[in-house]
Amino acid sequence: MSKINLQIDEKKVEADRGMTLLEAAKTAGIWIPTLCHYEKLEPYGACRICIVEIGSGSSTKLVVSCLYPVEENLTVRTKSEKIDRIRKMILELLLAHAPDSFELDELAKEYGADKNRFDKETSFCIHCGLCVRYCAEVKKAHAVGFVDRGAKREISFVPEIASKECWKCKECFPLCPTSALQAAYVLTEALTSAVPSFKGEPEDP
Amino acid sequence: MSRINSPSELEELRKSILSERDPDKPCITLCTGSACHASGSEGVADAIEEEINKQGLSGKVDIRKTGCHGFCERGPIIVNHPDETTYLQIEPDDIPEIVSMTIKEKKVVDRLLYTDPSTNENIIHESEIPFYKYQERLVFGSNGSIDPKSIEDYLAIGGYSALSKVLSQMTDLEVLEEIKKSNLRGRGGGGFPAGRKWEGSRNAPEKVKYVIVNADEGDPGAYMDRALLEGNPHLILEGLIIGAYAIGAREGYIYVRQEYPLAVENITLAIKKAQEFGFLGESILGTGFDFIVKVHQGAGAFVCGESSALMTALEGRAGEPRPKYIRSNIKGLWNKPSVLNNVETWANVPLIINRGAQWFSEIGTEGSKGTKIFSLVGKITNTGLVEVPMGMTLRDIIYKIGGGIPDGKKFKAVQTGGPSGGCIPEEQLDLQVGFDELTKAGSMMGSGGMIVMDEDTCMVDVARYFIEFLTDESCGKCVPCREGMRQMLKILTNITKGMGQEGDIELLEELSEVLGVASLCALGRTAPNPFLSTLKYFRDEYEAHINEKKCPALSCKELISYYIDPEKCNACMICFKKCPSYAIDGGKNRIHVIDQEKCTKCETCFEVCPSRFGAVKKVSGEPVPPSVPEEKRTIIRKSKKK
Amino acid sequence: MDKEKIDQIIDKHEGEASSLIQILLEIQSENHWLPGNALERVSEKLNVPLSRIKHIATFYKAFSLIPKGRNEIHICMGTACHVRGANRVLDTVQDITGIKPGETDLDLKFSLETVNCLGCCALGPVMEINGKTHGKMTPAETAGILKNYE
Repeated sequence: MSKINLQIDEKKVEADRGMTLLEAAKTAGIWIPTLCHYEKLEPYGACRICIVEIGSGSSTKLVVSCLYPVEENLTVRTKSEKIDRIRKMILELLLAHAPDSFELDELAKEYGADKNRFDKETSFCIHCGLCVRYCAEVKKAHAVGFVDRGAKREISFVPEIASKECWKCKECFPLCPTSALQAAYVLTEALTSAVPSFKGEPEDP
Repeated sequence: MSRINSPSELEELRKSILSERDPDKPCITLCTGSACHASGSEGVADAIEEEINKQGLSGKVDIRKTGCHGFCERGPIIVNHPDETTYLQIEPDDIPEIVSMTIKEKKVVDRLLYTDPSTNENIIHESEIPFYKYQERLVFGSNGSIDPKSIEDYLAIGGYSALSKVLSQMTDLEVLEEIKKSNLRGRGGGGFPAGRKWEGSRNAPEKVKYVIVNADEGDPGAYMDRALLEGNPHLILEGLIIGAYAIGAREGYIYVRQEYPLAVENITLAIKKAQEFGFLGESILGTGFDFIVKVHQGAGAFVCGESSALMTALEGRAGEPRPKYIRSNIKGLWNKPSVLNNVETWANVPLIINRGAQWFSEIGTEGSKGTKIFSLVGKITNTGLVEVPMGMTLRDIIYKIGGGIPDGKKFKAVQTGGPSGGCIPEEQLDLQVGFDELTKAGSMMGSGGMIVMDEDTCMVDVARYFIEFLTDESCGKCVPCREGMRQMLKILTNITKGMGQEGDIELLEELSEVLGVASLCALGRTAPNPFLSTLKYFRDEYEAHINEKKCPALSCKELISYYIDPEKCNACMICFKKCPSYAIDGGKNRIHVIDQEKCTKCETCFEVCPSRFGAVKKVSGEPVPPSVPEEKRTIIRKSKKK
Repeated sequence: MDKEKIDQIIDKHEGEASSLIQILLEIQSENHWLPGNALERVSEKLNVPLSRIKHIATFYKAFSLIPKGRNEIHICMGTACHVRGANRVLDTVQDITGIKPGETDLDLKFSLETVNCLGCCALGPVMEINGKTHGKMTPAETAGILKNYE
């Protein structure tokens, strides 16, 4: 397979064709923060914290490194004042939901993010989708999924499937960046709530 | 109908259709577009049929139910052919007179004509009404003269001649070159050159390719695409088939909102008819070119107007946009090269083929060619759909065509580009409409919504409105869009409720930056535009809300109070009776007073107070004047004193 | 919902997974909401995970997972209606019916929804009840119109 040469943070990097910038940076020992990324899963590009700057001179643009493919002679910067500012804001927005997440906390220290910038709306979930994707892509169980959209988007276990699959698996719990609390919480709730609703009676939306 | 097997057979059929039509035979065309339908055109249609029979004219008069004529403000609309006598705001009761006078005696019914408010003169012909006179209705014009359910009507006005020309006289590459040369840019939002998009797909190595019509018209206040699909579905279909030929697609989709049932019905019927006639299916017009089209109904998600989300939805999933580091014309629907263009873009294609790229590119400005259909709505005298050449000024559109602002109010801003666009203030009204021009002014062309706002519109509330819209419509996948807008909406809502704080504007600006660069798709990246443009041009309104707790437009409910001017109150008891929260203290001959504690600010009193009194007042940023002392509340009427 | 009817709709679309949304739309229009057994049946016959169907059923506005009222009120919140005072109309309708957008009252008399644009901007603010358009609405007029629905 032909190699691609590019430059990440002043460092010359040789990458395989088809690699993402994030993967290329990793092979070169350059760290880029991630929240929704996991090697075993398809790239997702939702948290946007792995944002980097590509190009040089006046024609630069911001892309997310977990999705952007390596290109010959590309110049990549993984740190800049602007990048840090965006990462800080992303962390602050997420800390409003999961103020006790260890992972977020560590990153917050790195980027000087203020936990209390936005009013708390503690829902625990930061919608990284790791549990949903792991369950679908690796376990092929589809026991947990997203529901609704926009600001109302949530993760939700499907009672019919979860009651059969989850207790013996639970592999998604350690993936959760805000501790497995929420997964367990939602699961318990789903299992104890109206499973019979699937006989045709009205169910809660 | 058996399939048409060659371009010459098509011309024969066209001749025979035309030979059966007498251009001098009276024909009543009635607009049955969605707006006229809502204004009661169905009842009018029934009345016409009944009256024609009653007056013994059946068979002697054609009745044609057409799509939208554009002048929605004055619907239902009737245009009588061949002389083009135009009647507006028709009710079933008007029909006997129209039939006996205009159809039978060729006389005009004056009271149903349009009266020019500036000259007070009646105008007989549709094309002379100022609303139409300044337009250039190249794409939209046929709407008024054909029945969208009749393929014969479309053929009678030259329909499918562009397709026939393409298939019999042009190579696919020549078609592509013609579109590229015309400089047609996408009418759906971004204004990407259609020819370049087509070329990318055409050159992509995959064999299977798709062409798609984006009819997921989601911008609130915009309904051009709906009117085209409802009123002239074959035009869009013809454009799509030509595009498929140029790029080598064998399959196409029409993604149309289920909220547009009539559009779904008419395009579905058009596809069926086109198949019967041999404009779709195998070996179209006997030329060996195969192409089929399917209709896919959108289930209600604004984000599906975004190209990658639309394609995800077509695949039968929740419409989440995909990150587009590879364009969808290379890797789109089912990862195949897919050309997605908006309804109006496809509708331009047959015109360009028939009249040539040269002709097309002579219309418009340097960067924006051809015409554009706008939906001119909001605080405007002549609400409707208008088609103008690119480069016309906003002022001409709003004043010459739109007739200006009603009720003697003052113009404040015009919003273009939907939730991704911005508000343009009075000082920029001489701006020429075009893709680059509107972007430079901090707004964008978008799909063509043009919402006029007057002095009563609060610009902070407009920004809040669009962010609220998008918070609900975002797919919720990426953090900047979902969480950034959640916070923006909170801050903007607080400002409109008088709970704004110092630093709010700066925080909104910071959030805007993150949304603008870090969001996954265009919905999030452009979401801050309504805020940024209103801040740019109307910063004083933001500051008044935050610093003085005042809404200068007297619009934000939490920041205004209503009171009754004792000098003007005639104790007519109308507001007293209508107030739903019993907040008005009054009675016969007693000056009415609003109890501020009970008032829910529903504005009913303000609406129902007779304009000759105008006694109900609004204030903001200041307390209501003290109410009149009890002893002075009795009105002593001079004339009726007992 | 009747299983045969569900199967009929699925079969009409040749059981293709890409027709999932079209199938759900047809069930919604037939039944006015999407009951659990319909979702399960669709999942089974199309071989699409239930989690994906639930995402779709909650993602798109046309779908409802609860039964709808006898009368469906749609208040247009398009920009043209907004600048002409649609919010006040909505407030009044909420006051009268006691339900918020997305809700149905306990008697199943009304369901209330907001819509983004009905394309009748000339008639704004627009309220649509059971498909009938009421144009140029004012808060004062809403009560009178709602009274006509049982």
